[in-house]
Amino acid sequence: MKNSMITRRQAIVGGANVITAAAFIAGGGMQALAATSATVGFIYIGPSGDFGWNQAHAVAATTIAEADGVSLVQQERVPETEEVLRVMESMIQLDGVKVIFPTSFGYWPFIQQLAPKYPDVLFVHAGGLWKEGDAPNTIGYRGFMEEPHYLAGIAAGRLTKTGKIGFIGAKPLYFVFNNCNGFTLGARSVRGDTTCQVVITGDWDNPTREADTVNAMADQGIDVIVANVDSPKVAIETAERRGIMSVGYHTDQSSLAPNGFLTGAEWNWGKAQEFVQAWLTGGEYPNLLRGGFAADMVRLSPFGAAVPEAVRAEIEAAKAGFLDGSLTLYEGPLMDNKGNQILAAGEKAENEDAAFKLSVNWLVEGVSGETGL
Amino acid sequence: MSDTANEESRLTNKVDRRYGALSEALLRSGAGLEAFVLSALALVVAFAIFGVFVAVQGLDPLAVYSALWLGAFGTSFSIENTLTLAAPIILTAFCTLIPARVGMLVIGGEGALALGGVGAVLAGMVLTGLPWWLGVVACCLAGSMFGAAWIMAAGALKHWRGVNETISTLLMNYIAAAILLHLVTGPIRDFDVSIKAQSVPVPELYRLGDIPGWSVHWGLVVGVAVVCALHMLLRHTVTGFSMSVLGGNRRAAQMAGLDIGRLTLLACGLGGAAAGLAGAIEVVAVHGAVSESLLVGFGYTGILVAFLARQNPLAVLLVALVIGGIAAAGGLLQRRFDMPDAATDLLLGIIFICVLASNAFAGRLFRRTA
Repeated sequence: MKNSMITRRQAIVGGANVITAAAFIAGGGMQALAATSATVGFIYIGPSGDFGWNQAHAVAATTIAEADGVSLVQQERVPETEEVLRVMESMIQLDGVKVIFPTSFGYWPFIQQLAPKYPDVLFVHAGGLWKEGDAPNTIGYRGFMEEPHYLAGIAAGRLTKTGKIGFIGAKPLYFVFNNCNGFTLGARSVRGDTTCQVVITGDWDNPTREADTVNAMADQGIDVIVANVDSPKVAIETAERRGIMSVGYHTDQSSLAPNGFLTGAEWNWGKAQEFVQAWLTGGEYPNLLRGGFAADMVRLSPFGAAVPEAVRAEIEAAKAGFLDGSLTLYEGPLMDNKGNQILAAGEKAENEDAAFKLSVNWLVEGVSGETGL
Repeated sequence: MSDTANEESRLTNKVDRRYGALSEALLRSGAGLEAFVLSALALVVAFAIFGVFVAVQGLDPLAVYSALWLGAFGTSFSIENTLTLAAPIILTAFCTLIPARVGMLVIGGEGALALGGVGAVLAGMVLTGLPWWLGVVACCLAGSMFGAAWIMAAGALKHWRGVNETISTLLMNYIAAAILLHLVTGPIRDFDVSIKAQSVPVPELYRLGDIPGWSVHWGLVVGVAVVCALHMLLRHTVTGFSMSVLGGNRRAAQMAGLDIGRLTLLACGLGGAAAGLAGAIEVVAVHGAVSESLLVGFGYTGILVAFLARQNPLAVLLVALVIGGIAAAGGLLQRRFDMPDAATDLLLGIIFICVLASNAFAGRLFRRTA
């Protein structure tokens, strides 16, 4: 009957497919592009032009691809699921990628799952999560963003009219607290009566709540804001519309707010260029790298038009302090905003003291609001 | 009662034998060969339209096609990838396919899959201490039952209250997703995992591994076995034939004395069970726990597969390979040609429209010779 006829036909077509496929495998004709040079792969969780986390990495990708003999493949919108395993493996198998940058925080467990299977591929992750026992061909690196936040805080403290600034954080995490502390300490270093209102939104990506928060802050008389979310675009644009000032995060956002943008805390993920070169030439590389200005892991966005020369000079001086180690972020006497003493007079936590910074679950004096822990 | 039912079955069976060829021709809008040719043509036309889109973007369509081939079937890695992606959609396709045999358009595969995953996790939580094979079976069975109950609810609403099953199953997808998210963010959340909200894991013992020598999990084999079983059921049993009668002509089915309620619920139940099983397998073979990661559209892709297969259970296998291949190759289009990630969605959408449009030619392609 017709039925069986179809089945036969399908069988023939299916068989033909298998044969063709087998021929391809045998011939290897469709294998990766001729590997005359090393290919580097970047994987993003969202769009790479998001004015935020992803864009900061896309900027680094461009930097890394500038090196001779390095070519780049990129894939966007890869969720933090088994999908990223597939994408990483596909990049290695089909594109011949030798160094891979899965850039979202939550990709880490999948990286550790795959790395032992491909010891000739280097996996570089933006998170600083590497610990003893993790695969040797993986790197975790992350900048101390509280340092550029401190510098931006100086601009905020100098330029605020009301003495009230605002910090929007996505999650109650140690690095968000550090950034909030840095921002507040910077502002209070130049204007002692500054207060910083902190709001934790609960999500890395919730533009509606971010805009609502900026509006509420503007209504309270806060006139400088910074948003530690995946993409601060909406917060900065809302601030600009409300006629208040803003500080950037992740990447250069100055184009979003020509009037109110002061400066911003930027990652220097392009630092990974060194890892790539080391990997390709058989050189040494660290498995875990954390650091601030001194380690060239963070940057400051270009100053906005609103920042006068004198303030710029003041900020540059503070930056020089971070570079030569003469300026310490956490220095006693230091109180939290609940009246507990964190550091006594004369005590200090070194800028490179990662253990101290990772343990921060308090907000400094001058911050109003809760950690939400 | 059962005697009467048996008698009816025997009668129907007789009718089947006697008028087999005729009823086949009457019951299916596009008989075998035509259905295959139509689907193949729809695919060719869809790829041609996609090629035009690609060319307008200033890219070489042939290069894009060859990248699609490379990502889908070009290397053994690609084939494994394609098979892994095909495994769940083979099953979710049946959530649309089986109810379609009784004349219903069910699009609730995504919801049934979500609850199937939840069912598997709950079974794993409750039934500890079983031998591994029994644990796996229990998890899969629980997932199937959750999925079956979910779609049967829509079938019951349809049969007794006249609620449109397409609308109800579509909306129930959202309810199922909400139930899943509620459970994994609270009642069954694993608080040891801080990176995202996910349920407590299914015991390590109850996991389904890979087929030896392959990076493809055993779920694919289960899927193929289910396809064969359902093919036998739908094509070679009285129940399957009764479903076709009901799908072909409801009045005739009533006249023949078929139990329409039973058939409706059965079709929905089987469809839901298949999608629920897909969810359970994703959990025991891939994720190990249930989370939002389960909701990536396998249920919706299954609808496309069912349509493209034109309700033919065996054709589902072939179609799922094509669709799985396109999904597997999607990343390459981004990486090689800088195309947006929506490019594969666009291709799948064009395919779907072409399949629907090709229905206009059903029954007109060949002169019936049988």
